[in-house]
Amino acid sequence: MSDQHEADPAAAPAATATATGAGDGTPAPERPHGRLPLTGSAIIQAVTEGHTAVITILAVFVALVIGAILIVASDPVVLRAWDSFGYAPGTALSATWNSVAAAYSALFEGSIFNPSTVAAAFHGGSIAAIFFPLSLTAFEATPLILTGLSVAVCFRAGMFNIGAAGQWIGGALVATWLGYAVNLPIVLHAVVCIIGAFIGGAAIGWIVGEVKARTGAHEVILTIMLNYIMYNLLSFLLSSQNLMQAPGQTNQVAPNIASSATLPHVGGPPPQVGVGFLIAIAAAAATAWLLSRSTLGFQFRTVGASPSAARSAGISVERVWVLAFLIAGGLAGLSATTIVQGQTAPLTFNSYGTYGFDGITVALLGRARPWGVVMAGLLFGALDAGGTVMEAATGVPADVTNVIEALIVLFVAAPPLIRLLFRLRASGGTGPQAVAPKGWSG
Amino acid sequence: MTALATPVRAPVSISRRYLAAGTFIALGLIDIFVFGLFAHHGDARFALSLSGASPRLPTIDVPGALMSYVLGAISIGLGIMRAVADVPRWGKRLSIAVVLLCFLLSLLAWADAGNSVGPLQVVDLLQGTLTASIPLVLGALAGLMGERSGVINIAIEGQLLTGAFTAAAVASVTGGVWLGLIGGSLAGGLVGAVLAIFAIMFLVDQIIVGVVLNVIALGLTNYLYDRVMIPYANTFNSGNTFGTLKIPVLGNIPIIGPVFFDANVFLYITYALILVIQIGLFRTRWGLRVRAVGEHPAAADTVGIRVLWTRYRNVILGGLIAGIGGAYLTVGSVGFFTSDISSGFGYIALAAMIFGRWTPLGSVAAALLFGFSYQLQTELSVLRVPVSSFILLMVPYVATIIAVAGLVGRVRPPAADGQPYVKA
Repeated sequence: MSDQHEADPAAAPAATATATGAGDGTPAPERPHGRLPLTGSAIIQAVTEGHTAVITILAVFVALVIGAILIVASDPVVLRAWDSFGYAPGTALSATWNSVAAAYSALFEGSIFNPSTVAAAFHGGSIAAIFFPLSLTAFEATPLILTGLSVAVCFRAGMFNIGAAGQWIGGALVATWLGYAVNLPIVLHAVVCIIGAFIGGAAIGWIVGEVKARTGAHEVILTIMLNYIMYNLLSFLLSSQNLMQAPGQTNQVAPNIASSATLPHVGGPPPQVGVGFLIAIAAAAATAWLLSRSTLGFQFRTVGASPSAARSAGISVERVWVLAFLIAGGLAGLSATTIVQGQTAPLTFNSYGTYGFDGITVALLGRARPWGVVMAGLLFGALDAGGTVMEAATGVPADVTNVIEALIVLFVAAPPLIRLLFRLRASGGTGPQAVAPKGWSG
Repeated sequence: MTALATPVRAPVSISRRYLAAGTFIALGLIDIFVFGLFAHHGDARFALSLSGASPRLPTIDVPGALMSYVLGAISIGLGIMRAVADVPRWGKRLSIAVVLLCFLLSLLAWADAGNSVGPLQVVDLLQGTLTASIPLVLGALAGLMGERSGVINIAIEGQLLTGAFTAAAVASVTGGVWLGLIGGSLAGGLVGAVLAIFAIMFLVDQIIVGVVLNVIALGLTNYLYDRVMIPYANTFNSGNTFGTLKIPVLGNIPIIGPVFFDANVFLYITYALILVIQIGLFRTRWGLRVRAVGEHPAAADTVGIRVLWTRYRNVILGGLIAGIGGAYLTVGSVGFFTSDISSGFGYIALAAMIFGRWTPLGSVAAALLFGFSYQLQTELSVLRVPVSSFILLMVPYVATIIAVAGLVGRVRPPAADGQPYVKA
């Protein structure tokens, strides 16, 4: 395994990218291998000692292997071939290989690059089609990056935000209402909706922070309860004709937003990389600046590291709780705009999907660092986009990509396990960095 | 409350005594001015026996508005008592329960007043509340088993889901519901074991492992459901369920009998587990050791308690318990597994555990409140209430926020919760 990566030139740039992405100027503990010099011996050392980037690549590899086992073990063709393994071992092995290869190449073609589009482009097809899978990945990643940032901001302030789903709905309701009930000129309308969604999400987040700051109530209970309140509020508003239900509808559907409020798509009809993706990147940049360059971000991180120390230093812990949840809610609200204004479908009772909970996984994989969240969101976006194509092409349920995503997070968080599996030497004392708040004590 | 001084203790801006009293009074005022004044004219009718029950109890008719006024007055009275008198701790907790109960009863009175459909089936409502609470109670117990020993268990949802899936599959393949129950429990225990290994051996952040296990459980069960259970439904998802088991004498008592002693075996297992864990944690040597490990593992280690072993055992036992809760969702009620059948119960159980301050009885009380809200959904679809049922379904969650904010406030988890123990 390690030999393969020594020879793999792609590993080195990826390694530096992750290393710089993870270290956005935060008071991380001293990490001897935090940055990877691009010399041959250093790369070998990084590989044998299990550098963070190497661990990440190996974690993805192990997760894909387990995913492959899952695909094979439930494929009736393969299982039948293995029944006759005794007298036709070749058949069994090739059936296994074919099953996995078909699934994973569909996964790759659906999310990153499909060779057939290049051939088509040479024969007069569209060149844009080559980038279609990548645009799908970015499209799927957009809402995940934003909810991931929402969860990450709270993690950095020492709190657990399970309520991104509720905050998402808060943003979606405001954006949808502004989108169909208000008449504004073209660019302004979309901007107003985006700001409205931020405020809508922030309002729900603010409730959590304010109640926690004033009464000490636990944010995990508050966010879970607010999720259920918001699910019901959404259903209520979308099922009343005189509130937000689309006229003449009996289903829980909101009216379509005005075309002036939709987010333009950069490269053609949806799903393409839209303004939504740019919003997500801008939000990540803003969050990175906030957390690592601003006074407020310093206060967030101090409270996250130790509330009692922060209090001794004169930081208002309550104010940090309120503001962290306010910003987290706003980011979750932005996630909603990318769906509500970025898609043609109107808001329904289950539009919130699993963005809120996926945001937790994305934030954890990104180690609660804004650019790490972007990377994690793109990886998950790729797996989601590819999973849909894989299901359509080979009949392997797309759920397997969810398992692979979760396994990646797990293995990335468990460097000792990866080192054990690949017989890597322990690198000098870089233990796993705490991402989440330690315990419930927030 | 005041005894729970921690280094991080927030200087709560309002005194707890007046906040609690104010919350009681506010809830009482809602009883009177919302549910009382806006109640339809006419009686709220509460049927105390199921149709065809042998010692038949009368159906109680109370004017809906009057009932809300009385319940509101009780709440306000308790609030004033809280504000002026020093109430012992058990009194505080009891008064919280009473005020919440008054609130829910006046909600029911308002919903049922002047209703032409028929009386509200009280027995039905209570029965449903209890059975809906089973997975929540078991999930919360699973959570606190781990957390009392210092391991955060967010994977309750995943344990419920794998338990439900395995129970349905095992019961279908073998035809034995008991085997299904055991299989579900073992599957939950397996998830617990994975959580324990990653959290204790590999020192992975416990919140990460928990969240990840939930995602894996959902993905894996969905995947196998699509690939195996749907194509071979007769073999793997044939829908076996437990029958009800009426306890001979107790089951015949009016109201209490059908509610508490006429259900399937899961309810009795739940009673037993609540009792065993409550007594075990607070009255036995085992419980003392578990709590010592959860509060101060280094000290526990010094006196010879095996910290890691205690944690492994508790997390796996918790998983086995949650697995039973999961099995209830399939072999204990509907029989068939469906995609994402646990639908967030694990997170509600987590909230119930924190709401109940990491104690078995407290968690049970909180779980019952949520169980009630699930059952309310069913009852309200029968009654014709003047307000959208979605609004009513929000009420229990709003009440929980009010209760957590105004009455319970800051809770203190076990001191070493979430922190891996590495021997110095």
